[in-house]
Amino acid sequence: MWDIITNIVPLALAYTAPLLIIALGGLYSERSGVVNIGLEGLMGIGAFTSALVISKTAGNLGHTAVYVGLLAAALAGGIFSVLHAFASVTMRSDQVVSGTAINILSAALTVYLARSLTGSANIQIVSGFIKRDVPVLSKIPVIGPLFFREAYITTLIVFLIVVFSWFILYYRPFGLRLRACGENPQAADSLGINVLKMRYIGVIISGVLAGLGGGIVITTYSGEFSPLVYSGLGFLALAALIFGKWNPWGVVGASLFFGLAKTVADMSKLFEGLKGMPNIIFNTFPYVVTLVALVLFSKNAAGPKAAGEPYDPGKR
Amino acid sequence: MNKKKIIIPLLAVLLGFITGAIVMILTGHNPIEAYSALLKGAGLFGDVKRFGDTLLNMTTLILTGLSVAFAFRTGLFNIGAAGQMLMGGFVAVLIGVKFNLPPFIHVTIATITAVLAGAAWGYIPGLLKAKFRIHEVVSTIMMNYIAMWSVYYLVPKYIPGSFSTESKAINTSASLRTEWLTNLFKGSYVNLGLFLALIAVLLIWWILEKTTFGYELKAVGFNLHASQYAGMKVNRNMILSMMISGALAGLAGATYYIGYANNIKIGVLPSQGYDGIAVALLGLNSPFGVALTALLFGFMNAGRLFMQSSTSVPNELVPIIIAIIIFFAATSLMLETWLKKSEKFFKKSEGGK
Repeated sequence: MWDIITNIVPLALAYTAPLLIIALGGLYSERSGVVNIGLEGLMGIGAFTSALVISKTAGNLGHTAVYVGLLAAALAGGIFSVLHAFASVTMRSDQVVSGTAINILSAALTVYLARSLTGSANIQIVSGFIKRDVPVLSKIPVIGPLFFREAYITTLIVFLIVVFSWFILYYRPFGLRLRACGENPQAADSLGINVLKMRYIGVIISGVLAGLGGGIVITTYSGEFSPLVYSGLGFLALAALIFGKWNPWGVVGASLFFGLAKTVADMSKLFEGLKGMPNIIFNTFPYVVTLVALVLFSKNAAGPKAAGEPYDPGKR
Repeated sequence: MNKKKIIIPLLAVLLGFITGAIVMILTGHNPIEAYSALLKGAGLFGDVKRFGDTLLNMTTLILTGLSVAFAFRTGLFNIGAAGQMLMGGFVAVLIGVKFNLPPFIHVTIATITAVLAGAAWGYIPGLLKAKFRIHEVVSTIMMNYIAMWSVYYLVPKYIPGSFSTESKAINTSASLRTEWLTNLFKGSYVNLGLFLALIAVLLIWWILEKTTFGYELKAVGFNLHASQYAGMKVNRNMILSMMISGALAGLAGATYYIGYANNIKIGVLPSQGYDGIAVALLGLNSPFGVALTALLFGFMNAGRLFMQSSTSVPNELVPIIIAIIIFFAATSLMLETWLKKSEKFFKKSEGGK
């Protein structure tokens, strides 16, 4: 059993990293008051951009290309998310409709561009990040083999972004203002906070982080962009955001939980002890527990109060 | 109906095609060639088989569009049409593979169970909304993926096909295809689902516009508290709305999986579920508007592969255009401002009167 665990946990962590960063992106957006179901599409834009940039620059830049690709992914996600911000903040359109448009547009546009640029719907990258044992830490008994063996550097980057986000959101004026816009935009406005600007920032950060998540998918476990990138990771992140009660550490826990379930579902065929388990249990687990959690939360609404409502200064 | 209301969707469609043309020019393709190939591929220049395919694509989109539109009209946003459609299709395929029944009875049972499965998949979010006030957008997203992973497990386990990613083909007795329609359209898979979809359009119009039941459903969507005060059973109506919406999506699944595909693939949610949102939005949530929009999207979807093979423009151009149309329809505030400005402009230029 311990063997299985030490094999699965590093894999689960690799899967959790992009899931977590996308969910954290969703947190910024929803905390600012904009529901973002376009996370899947923003992730895909990041995945496509990183694959394209890395495949074009790897010849000249070598391994640095991987980092350049990640940055490009984040940038592209941020730029693309402006569409969602414009529709849902400036134009006050239905945020779910706009998010759906983002998802359809992203899945179509990236594959269209891949076909136009490379002739096929897939873009492979030559080099990604390589799993390494973290020196010293991986030697710690129990924790070492679980968390620091066979780890990607991106997992560390994601973790640092989470810590930074938690600090910003709860201990800096910016975070308080952002959250105020998602709870009571009228009150925030009356105190001189520019609600529209804060919501734009929230959505764009979500685009940057979701794009980065897509880049991490490509540079770690996937290795190529293909239409299969759109297999629901963004929606799983949405589930993690809700199950984590829109709170950074809750989202960390939920992502780990879901990442583990997903990995067990995919790996169950490989391990003797898990062979009998039907994969339906692990695959549907995140969605089922999210629904159950929503029922349990329902007495005291957990989400940002004003999320989903366009801010109309004329309405009090 | 208000004239301005109709102008906006038309403008959105026009802007969608213009943006599609710009995308093509930027990527080095010829938009005029591509659009004429799209029209030709959809059979609008007289090819009967291709036009049959347009009607085939329209059939499923009418039903997913109706599903979303019906929910919209009753104040619910069903983005779970994809999952409801998948579950309906799965149950229909399951019955189509597992049973051997006389032709007419077999297909009838398969279709009815598809409708029921869709309704059941809509019942859960309806119940969660009615009892716990859980937003249906979130719960239907979760239900979509529960459906996707359930089918992913159930198909290889109970109805495995020759490829590991799809099910066995259904018995012909369970298919919605009929010889006379196939012959009439020279080999197209357009099927009896077409008539079911058209009947559904009339039925939903009748329910929404002509019955007390439909009036109550709309009233609950319009103002929950007022309807409650007026003595309507708000919770029951919410659940029924979601079930009818799910039933329509389930029927869409039947028309697609036992009408067109004859088997079911695993690991994907049908894109028609999300396209249904576009169809409903553009059709202004009215049953007849939905049918018209489904025809437009139907021809785009029928012609896309022909366009790709004859002009090398990737077929993903079509969903790009659809997404842009949704985007413009969603930002109708922007279009309205443009309209007002242009009206002012034309009035000024008439000036002096």
